[in-house]
Amino acid sequence: MWCSYACGSSEHNISRRGFFATALGGTLGALALDPLTRPAFTHELNKQQKRVLMIWLHGGVSQLETWDPKPGTKTGGPFQAIPTSVPGIHVCELLPYTAQRMHHLALVRGLNTAEDDHGKGYYLMHTGRRQEPAMKWPHLGSVCAKLLGSSDNPLPGYILITPRGNGGVNSEDAAFLGPRYASVALSDGHAPANLDRPAALTEAADQQRHEFRIHANQRFLRSRRTAQTEAYTHSYDQAAQLMRKRDLFDISKEPPTVIDRYGRHDFGRHCLMARRLLEGGATFVKVMHTNYDTHHENFDFHIEQLGEFDRPFATLLDDLHDRGLLASTLVLVLSEFGRTPNINRNYGRDHWSRAWSIALAGCGIRGGSVSGKTNADGTAVTEGQVNGGHLFHTYLSALGFNSKKNFYIEQRPIPIADPKAAPIKEVLA
Amino acid sequence: MTPAPTPHIDPAKTHLLKEYKHDSPLLGCRFDPSGQFVFAGAQDNNVIRWHLDSGKKTLLTGHKSWVRALAFAQRRGEEKKGKEGEKRTSQSSSPCLLFSADYAGRILAWPSSAEGPKPAHTLEAHHGWVRALAVSPNGSRLASCGNDHLVKLWSVPDGGLIHELAGHACHVYNVVFHPDGKHLISADLQGIVKVWDLAKGAIERELDAKILYKYDPSFRADIGGVRSMALSADGTLLACAGITNVSNAFAGVGNPLIVLFDYQSGKQKQLLRPKTPFQGTAWGVVLHPTGFIAGVGGGNGGMLWFWKADNAQDFFSLKLPTNARDLDLHPNGRHLAIAFFDGAVRIYSLEK
Repeated sequence: MWCSYACGSSEHNISRRGFFATALGGTLGALALDPLTRPAFTHELNKQQKRVLMIWLHGGVSQLETWDPKPGTKTGGPFQAIPTSVPGIHVCELLPYTAQRMHHLALVRGLNTAEDDHGKGYYLMHTGRRQEPAMKWPHLGSVCAKLLGSSDNPLPGYILITPRGNGGVNSEDAAFLGPRYASVALSDGHAPANLDRPAALTEAADQQRHEFRIHANQRFLRSRRTAQTEAYTHSYDQAAQLMRKRDLFDISKEPPTVIDRYGRHDFGRHCLMARRLLEGGATFVKVMHTNYDTHHENFDFHIEQLGEFDRPFATLLDDLHDRGLLASTLVLVLSEFGRTPNINRNYGRDHWSRAWSIALAGCGIRGGSVSGKTNADGTAVTEGQVNGGHLFHTYLSALGFNSKKNFYIEQRPIPIADPKAAPIKEVLA
Repeated sequence: MTPAPTPHIDPAKTHLLKEYKHDSPLLGCRFDPSGQFVFAGAQDNNVIRWHLDSGKKTLLTGHKSWVRALAFAQRRGEEKKGKEGEKRTSQSSSPCLLFSADYAGRILAWPSSAEGPKPAHTLEAHHGWVRALAVSPNGSRLASCGNDHLVKLWSVPDGGLIHELAGHACHVYNVVFHPDGKHLISADLQGIVKVWDLAKGAIERELDAKILYKYDPSFRADIGGVRSMALSADGTLLACAGITNVSNAFAGVGNPLIVLFDYQSGKQKQLLRPKTPFQGTAWGVVLHPTGFIAGVGGGNGGMLWFWKADNAQDFFSLKLPTNARDLDLHPNGRHLAIAFFDGAVRIYSLEK
């Protein structure tokens, strides 16, 4: 289902106000009275604004080499399990930095998504639903852009930092929510193109051009207003505001020591950009780390890839925590699926969705908790089995939404999350 | 399996002689210098010893992770045998030490022929995987290399660290001593081969086996490396085995290759490839004293190939039951041991 018209009516407009279980009003009212408190107010508002960071480990990271190690078993592979900052919880030795932040993290070890295809697994983990011929569901990023975003935020509601690709907008991600909530990809962490005003264009001329465009748009919209035209118009306003925030995309503004803490490789740079964007008011930032599709040489490749993941991720958690933002930022570490407990003849692990794990942290999450359990060799879930629908409910609940609510599209109620599932209470604060 | 002084070797007549089974996939294998035993390292963290005549199987238990690297040091120091080369024709049956190394960074030393072997000593050797071991020609020094980018030299008698050789910029995959006793050769993930002057503890020169390495931009990962390395007995030829032409790192789509160097000049003498297309990695290589080169591969099945140094294509190949993961030559020069994914060490005869 596509969005045919975004009229802003109460039926269509699923506002933050309608879904937040907690209110900002008290804080806003009290702080807004005193202009002298403005910096503190901005800081406080930023802490109150809820946001999401998704780290996407592309290709299917191995649960046995991350969150659910099984050393000394036939399926365990060569790595050891190491203790974490939470007594009794162990993770794979490939995550020494993350292990020391386990008190921030919750592990879901009972995941059975029953979907071993890359594309379908990707869809399921982004939407909380299986693909259906007659229905396209919005990505979590688009849902959050809709529910958490505000119209005066110049940053795109759903920002995707990819290690490659062409960048740009992918409207399909937003489905019926409309293109305004689509993902905007920053290829290789580069800022959106043309953020700087052309040198030959004066500020005054630029303003005149802007005003003329608004005039023409308003005339056009009187008779031909659609969700697409509205998004088109909005994108110009957003772009103008975005140009004023272009420094957010420039990690060279950070001290060299900070860049070094994250690492000067792509994922390190992208995590640092994510922190700058989240700190600068972004609603949903997804950082993709590729690749984990290790049918061959699973162990060598996980050494390399997780060696790149571990420290920047831990640094990002630290920075969010130190800035007081972690409590209002939901952090997700996801993948399309896990990898087979069985080790194939090429030292590889194949696709495996029957018993795997993810990690959560931050907003609404009970740090140091574990939900679900797998058997001794990791081939099956033995306790607390959940699927992608449960995860989607959990994310929404962690952000303070009632996940049983509906979107209303043309007065038709559409459940935001799969009605057959429910939040995973063990990992919620 | 008694050593014979004058073997009649014909690789084209290679055939399966014996099979020894374990219940876990194997990673590496070596004959001991006496030629009485074959040892293998396994994914269940065990080292397995089989007596070649009786087939008696003994587990050497003590490692904390997978074991691939195996090397022997004879106490009297007559004949030595490193992981990747120094193939000799020792007839000695003197007591010797087996060194085995695991992916938890530890090296264990065992009395190799003892009835119930227990580790004589343990070295906390590397941070991360130990990839290969070699023993010096005079038997006094053990070399190890690993994922911490280091090559280390150890005293065989007491296990003390003699020297730490830093210079590789990535995981070090293999190490061998040159028969001159003055040089050590190490090779890494990126196909960089370093020749070390042992007296100075410094890099003397580098050889280029980068054809065995690729950074796959699609998967954003390094693939390849020198998976096996061997020297001819006279030290004139050096062979490095691995994978090349990689088009898909994570599916292992590439072809086995052995880079044969003229050791003295450091130049590539030949690139040895399978005549019949094969997808996978060359996991083991040995140089036979009579002049041919044998290699094994695993990928879409297993293969054994034989080359002559002056021809890029193999002159004989044999399809193996499953993926081969390592190869060694018996001291008698008549038999090959191959370690397999299915848990077997199979002994192949090279005799007519």
